[in-house]
Amino acid sequence: MKNRDREKFPNVLNGIPVIDLESQKFLKVWQGPQHPGVTGNISLEVTLSGDEVVDLKTHVGYLHRGFEKLMERRKYLQCFTIVCRICVPEPDTNEYVFAAATEELAGITIPEKAKWLRTLVLEMARLASFLMWIGGQAGALGMGTIAQWTVAQRDYILDLFEELTGARVYHMYMVPGGVRGDIPDGFIEHVEKVMKGVEKVLYDVEIALLNNAIFKMRAKGLGYISKAMVDEYGIVGPNARAAGLARDIRKDSPYLIYDQLDFNVITGTHSDALERTFVRFREMLQCVSLIRQVINKMPRNGAYYTHIPNPLHWKIPAGETYVRAEASRGEYGYYMVSDGTEYPRRVQVRGPSYTHAIAVLEKLAIGTNLADLAGLMVSLHTCPPEIER
Amino acid sequence: MKLKDWIAPFYVWKRAFEKPFTVPKPLKERPGSPRYRGFHQNDLDTCIGCGTCSSICQNHAIDMVPVDGIETHKGDSGLRPRIDYGRCCWCALCVDICPTTSLSMSNEYVWIDTDADVFRFIPGSEKKPWDSFKKGYKREEEYQLVDPRRIEMEMLPPEERVKSFLEMVKGYSREQAQKEADRCIQCGICTATCPAHMDIPGYIKAVRENKIEDGLKLMYETNPMPAMCGRVCTHQCEEDCALAHTGDAISIRWLKRYLADQVELDDYSKAMPVDILSNGKQIAIIGAGPGGLSAAYYLRLLGYEITIYEANDKGGGMTRYGIPEYRLPYDQLDKDIEYILSLGVEIKYNTRVGKDISFQEIHKESDAVLISIGLMLPYKMEIPGEDLPGNISGLEVLDKITRGEKVHFEEKVAVIGGGNVAMDSARTARTFGADVTVLYRRRIEDMPADEEEIIDAQQEKVTFITQAIPLRIEQAEDKRLSFIYGLAEMVDQGEGKRPKPVLIEGKEFSIVVDMVISAIGQGADFSFLPMEYEKLFSRKNQLKIDEFFRTRDSKIFASGDIANQTKDAISAIADGHRAARSIDHFLKNL
Repeated sequence: MKNRDREKFPNVLNGIPVIDLESQKFLKVWQGPQHPGVTGNISLEVTLSGDEVVDLKTHVGYLHRGFEKLMERRKYLQCFTIVCRICVPEPDTNEYVFAAATEELAGITIPEKAKWLRTLVLEMARLASFLMWIGGQAGALGMGTIAQWTVAQRDYILDLFEELTGARVYHMYMVPGGVRGDIPDGFIEHVEKVMKGVEKVLYDVEIALLNNAIFKMRAKGLGYISKAMVDEYGIVGPNARAAGLARDIRKDSPYLIYDQLDFNVITGTHSDALERTFVRFREMLQCVSLIRQVINKMPRNGAYYTHIPNPLHWKIPAGETYVRAEASRGEYGYYMVSDGTEYPRRVQVRGPSYTHAIAVLEKLAIGTNLADLAGLMVSLHTCPPEIER
Repeated sequence: MKLKDWIAPFYVWKRAFEKPFTVPKPLKERPGSPRYRGFHQNDLDTCIGCGTCSSICQNHAIDMVPVDGIETHKGDSGLRPRIDYGRCCWCALCVDICPTTSLSMSNEYVWIDTDADVFRFIPGSEKKPWDSFKKGYKREEEYQLVDPRRIEMEMLPPEERVKSFLEMVKGYSREQAQKEADRCIQCGICTATCPAHMDIPGYIKAVRENKIEDGLKLMYETNPMPAMCGRVCTHQCEEDCALAHTGDAISIRWLKRYLADQVELDDYSKAMPVDILSNGKQIAIIGAGPGGLSAAYYLRLLGYEITIYEANDKGGGMTRYGIPEYRLPYDQLDKDIEYILSLGVEIKYNTRVGKDISFQEIHKESDAVLISIGLMLPYKMEIPGEDLPGNISGLEVLDKITRGEKVHFEEKVAVIGGGNVAMDSARTARTFGADVTVLYRRRIEDMPADEEEIIDAQQEKVTFITQAIPLRIEQAEDKRLSFIYGLAEMVDQGEGKRPKPVLIEGKEFSIVVDMVISAIGQGADFSFLPMEYEKLFSRKNQLKIDEFFRTRDSKIFASGDIANQTKDAISAIADGHRAARSIDHFLKNL
C-alpha cells in the first residue's frame, strides 16, 4: 500500500477518517444484509474511492436471537436443544461445548464410546463446514461450479448425520451424559462410501481451484495477516495457522479422544487468502483421515450414555468453567456459570467469527478492491449466526 | 504462475459427462432415515396424560387437552398432548422423557396444507398417514432421562424378621431419600389417586430440596398421621405412578415416612405453628382410629372443642390393634396421636359408648357427633366345627399381641383368608415359630392384601394354598383339628368383575393343624346405638350416609371404615377430613 497514491484516502482527524461524501471523492455502498457476497445476515458499510475500499464498518444485529438470554430461563437439558441453532453450518461444536461444560460443572464422566461418537460427529461437522466454505470461497471469486460439487458432498454428509442422529442440520445428538443413540446398522459402510466421494471431489477441487491461475492471482496477497496481528486481534483456527502459528485446540489441550488420533497441525506461511485456502483444503483431507481413524478404532460395544439426574429439576452445583473445542473456524468456547439452581446463570458463547468478521475484516478490507471484498470475507470463514447469539 | 495452472482446470470438463447430482422430475419422495425425527405418533391407550412431555418442552409447543373417547379415570388424567408445529423444534425431548413410551416420532416429514391451524394437532387422536409407521425416532432402551429403578429400601432379612417384632423396614437415609425424590417427574397422577389427595409431588420436592419442615407442613394439610401412613399406607399412589409403566414407581410411602421421621415430636409445633381460637362448640367423636383422629385434627384447627371416646386404653384403632409392631412400631403411632392431642383435643380412653357412657348423653351434650368406630367384629366362616377349641379370629390374635397378652401358638397353624389381617396373623404366628399355612378361596393375584405383604409372607416361608373353600372343621387326634376344604375353580364373571370361586364337587382335601385362625373380613359393631336410632340404618349394620357423611339424624355424622368401601387407613383419614369439613359447614349454617 505504501506505493499507492495517498490522495485517494480520506483525511484522518484524531485517528478517525473524515469521509466527505459531498466531495464526490467517495462512494458509500452497503453490502448486505441480504447479499451473495456476505456470509449470512451481516452488513458491510463500504466506503469506496473508485473501486478501492477506503473504510469499512461491519454491521451486525440482523440475526440476533438472544440465545444466551434464552438459556438463562431454560433448564440445562432444554438448553441442549437450542445451542445447536447458534451456528447453522456447524452446530455440533455448540452441542459439544455445551454438553462438556455442563458435565464438567455437574461432575459427570461420560462413557468411552460416547467420546468416540462425539469425535466422529465433530469431525464430520468440520468437514461439512469446510465443504460449504470452499464452495463460498470459489464462488466469491467467480467460480460457482465448485460450490455445486462440494455442497452436494456436504449433503451426503448430512445424510450420514440423519442416519446417526435423526436430523440433517440440527442434530441434537450430544446430550449431557453422552450421546442419544448408538451407531445404526450399516452406518460405517455408508461413512466409507461418502468419504470416498468427498476425496474424489476434493481431487477435482484441487485441480480446478487450487491449480487455477485466475484464482491464484486473485487470492494471492488478499487479506494478509501478519504474525503480530494474530495475538493482537485474537485470530484463531486456520486463519492463525496460515500465518505460521501451530495452534490447534485438538493438539494444545486435547479433548475427547483426540490424543489417541494421529494427526499434525497444518500450518502455512504466506498468510493470505490463497494460503488460507490451502490450509483449509489440507484440513479437509485431515478430517477424512480422522473420520476413518475414528470409525476403525471406535469400540463397538459399551454404553454410550450415562444417567444424569432427572432433567426436570436438575440442579448443578455453583461454579464456572470455560470449555473450548476446535471448530472449522477456530477456537470455539462456552463460558458457563451455574449458581446452584436449575437454570444456568450465564452462558457466554465465544465464536471465532466475532473478531474475524468485525475487527479483522475492518482492518484487512482497507485498500482491497471492492470485487475482492467478498473473497476476503469468505477467506476469514466468518459465520454471522455465532457473532450474534 | 505455472503453465499447469492455466491448463489443469480444464481437466474438470470431464464432469460434463458424469451423472448429475440433481434428481430429475418426477421427484421421488425419499423416506426419512429409520431414526429420523419426523411427525409425532402417540398411542392413546398407553398414554396416561401425565403431561411430562409438556413440562420438558422448551418451546411450550405441547399442551394437554381433553380428547373425545378418553375418560378421566384412576391413573389417567384423561388429557392428551396437542402439539403445535408452529413451535415444535423436533428435539424429541418429549419422546425421551415420556414415562409410558406412548409418544414417539415417525420418519415422515412432508405435510402440506393451506390451513395453518391444522398444524396444531393431537397425535393419535387425529388420524394421520404416519400413525402406523414403524420407522422413526423411538427412545432407545439404554437412553433414559429418568432413572427407571427405585432406591431399594433396606429391610431385615426374612430369617431375622421371624425372630422378633423389630421394625423390618429400615428407612431411607437423607442421601437415599433425595436420590429417590429426584426421580419424581411431578406429574401429579398420584395426587388424583390418593384418597386424601395429598400433595405428593409437593412433599417429594421438599425431600429433594431438604426442606423437611415445609414437607411436614404440606403433609399435614391433607393427612394428620404421616408417620403411620408412611409405614402402612396401602399406597395406591404407587400403583398409578407414571414411572411404574416402564420401571419402578417412586417409593412415595417411604419418602413420606422419611419426612415424618426427620422431625421430632417436640419440634412439630415449631414446624407448624398454629393459632387456634376456640369457638366453644362441642364435637363428640366415637372411636380414636385414623378417621376419628383425622376429623378431630381438622375440626380442632377450626376451633371446635373435641372429645373423643375410645373403648381401648390407647388410640389408633385398627392401626394399633390390627397391625403388628414389626410393620408399625407403636411409638410412631403415638407420635401422630400425641401431636393431635397437643392441639387441645381431649380423648377419653377406656370409655365404651353404650356401656360407660350412653349415646344419648353424648348426643345431648354435643353440637355434632361423629361415629368412627371402625370394623372390629370378625366375620364368621359359617361352617361346622367353627366353635371347636383351637379356633380363633385373626383380629383377636393381633389384638392380644398388641395388648401384650400371651397367645399360645401351636406347632401347625392354618390361616383362612387373603387380606392384610390374614397376612399379619400368619406372619405373627411365624414370629412365634409356628408352621403356617394360608388358605384362600381365590388365587394369589386376587388377594386383597398388599402385594408386598404377600411377598414378605412368602419370604418368611408361609405356605399358601389357594382356591380352597373352607367346608368344615373336625376334631382330630391329640386335640388337633382337621380342616377340610374343597378345591374351587375360577369362573369368569365378565369384564371388570373378579372371577368367582366355584366349588368343584368331590374334590375335598384336609390338613391337620393345631390352630385355625380365621381372617375373612370384619364388620362394625353398632350395639352401642339405642333402638331409637334404628332409622339411621339402610340395612343391617350399614349406616345410611349422604355425600356429606351425614346420617339420617342431621347431628350425627359417620366416617372411617364404616363409611367407605376401600376400608384402609388413608381412606379413613380422607373421610375424616371431609366429614370435618361437612360438620363445620353444617354447624356454621345452623
